[in-house]
Amino acid sequence: MNKIDKELLEKIADLHSTPEGSYNIRKNGQSVGRKSNSDIEIITKKDKAGIDIIIRPGVKNKSVHIPVIITESGLTESVYNDFYVGENSDIVIVAGCGIHNPGKDKSEHDGIHSFHVGKNARVQYIERHYADGTDAEKVLSPTTEITLEDGAEMTLETAQLGGVTYAKRVTRAILKNDAKLIIHEKILTEFNQKAETHFNVELKGKNSSVQVISRSVAKNKSYQKFVSNVIGKNECFGHVECDAILLDRARVVSIPKIDAKCVDASLVHEAAIGKIAGDELIKLETLGLSQEDAEQVIIQGFLN
Amino acid sequence: MIELKNINYSAVDKNDIIKDLSIVFPEKKITVITGANGSGKSTLVKIIMGILKPSSGEVWMNGKDITNFSITDRARNGLTMAFQQPVSFKGITVKKLIEIANGKSLSVGQVCEYLSKVGLCAKDYVNRELSNKLSGGEMKRIELAVSLAKGGSVYLFDEPEAGIDLWSFDGLVGIFESLKDKTIIIVSHQQKILDIADNILLLGANGKYTFGTRDEIMSSIHRPRVCRALEDTHE
Repeated sequence: MNKIDKELLEKIADLHSTPEGSYNIRKNGQSVGRKSNSDIEIITKKDKAGIDIIIRPGVKNKSVHIPVIITESGLTESVYNDFYVGENSDIVIVAGCGIHNPGKDKSEHDGIHSFHVGKNARVQYIERHYADGTDAEKVLSPTTEITLEDGAEMTLETAQLGGVTYAKRVTRAILKNDAKLIIHEKILTEFNQKAETHFNVELKGKNSSVQVISRSVAKNKSYQKFVSNVIGKNECFGHVECDAILLDRARVVSIPKIDAKCVDASLVHEAAIGKIAGDELIKLETLGLSQEDAEQVIIQGFLN
Repeated sequence: MIELKNINYSAVDKNDIIKDLSIVFPEKKITVITGANGSGKSTLVKIIMGILKPSSGEVWMNGKDITNFSITDRARNGLTMAFQQPVSFKGITVKKLIEIANGKSLSVGQVCEYLSKVGLCAKDYVNRELSNKLSGGEMKRIELAVSLAKGGSVYLFDEPEAGIDLWSFDGLVGIFESLKDKTIIIVSHQQKILDIADNILLLGANGKYTFGTRDEIMSSIHRPRVCRALEDTHE
């Protein structure tokens, strides 16, 4: 691990040293560190790039880290990671990808993650994306497929806070009876960056629920697109909240869709896009902040 | 000390709200600005804070002409304002805003001291987001706590009692009394606030105003003929 590797790992996974618990660290297309244990097994896929992560039923208060870093220019990869989360387990999964592109060619990581979450299991999934380096393209396009069995709960925290030139996030989820999904998304784009988010959540089970909170900031000439589709097929609850702050000449498009296919489905979508409220700036200025510092505080708080 | 010299202000599509107003808000005194709705009370404190620009006139603070100072510069020079309608911030906690106001990181205990002064049970609030999930009364008290955390030599309180639910006026009055060595300017209609004023600025219709000690102004308010006379007089 060199200095750049360590900085990337710190940015995407808060890792300052070897993580506790199970882990797999992937660098430039290769696994450079792995640890399995009796609770969580990590196995290399034989048919394509990627790993299977098997969490035994009933495993509680354990974590697994699977960060990916790319420090080569011109490296493009698609990686398939399948998570099998055993019944009644309670687990924290930290993923994410950091790209340092030192050259002229595009670097891209497309992570395709499938979650099979067993009955009454709980998963906290944290996925951060970050990129730096030259002006060359740095692309991250994660796909997350989620199946929550009866009574399962999953919290997905996804963040992209700079440097990524293009990202397309696709999240598809199917929720069975009493399953609960919470998604917190934070995105910051600047310069000419583009980021797209697509959520498709099917509330199949009785008393299933989803809450999506997306907060984004678009600066300079950047562009963001937020598309959500929540389908209620049973007695269920869905709430989607999309807030975006626009600065400079940025553009944000929000396309909400809620589709109630059952009379007992209750679905809500809220969306707001706009510049920083003038009264927020004024209040912070009356506390002694300059306008620039006030803007920064508001953006940091908004993405907090 | 705040001194306003020949201040004029006209709102868009409205007649002059403030006409040739010259006044000194003395230090170590509480001055209450009162008057009918639309008479320009909030406008006046916003002009002092720099949020609104007067069409003409000067604003002086402690012997310094601050007319062309930005809001930030006025705040850094010791002007502090509690808003009539507190601002909500997505993602910013009560603790964070109090720290911004104070200009440094604070321990939970230090934040609690400010919240306790406004009658809030601190542990319930330090990590709460300043969003619309807080009631109007809670936001109002937090606004006061933020002002206290900021500190300064001149305090502007715009209708501080509005929405202060379930908290006695005694607590609010106690805050003003604790700031007795400062220049206090309060916009209020409330008798209990008027009762603690050293001076009162009474704003009338068409930009007319009168300024005097509490006893002078209160006696005039309670004598309708004199009160009407004041409305017609530009003192």
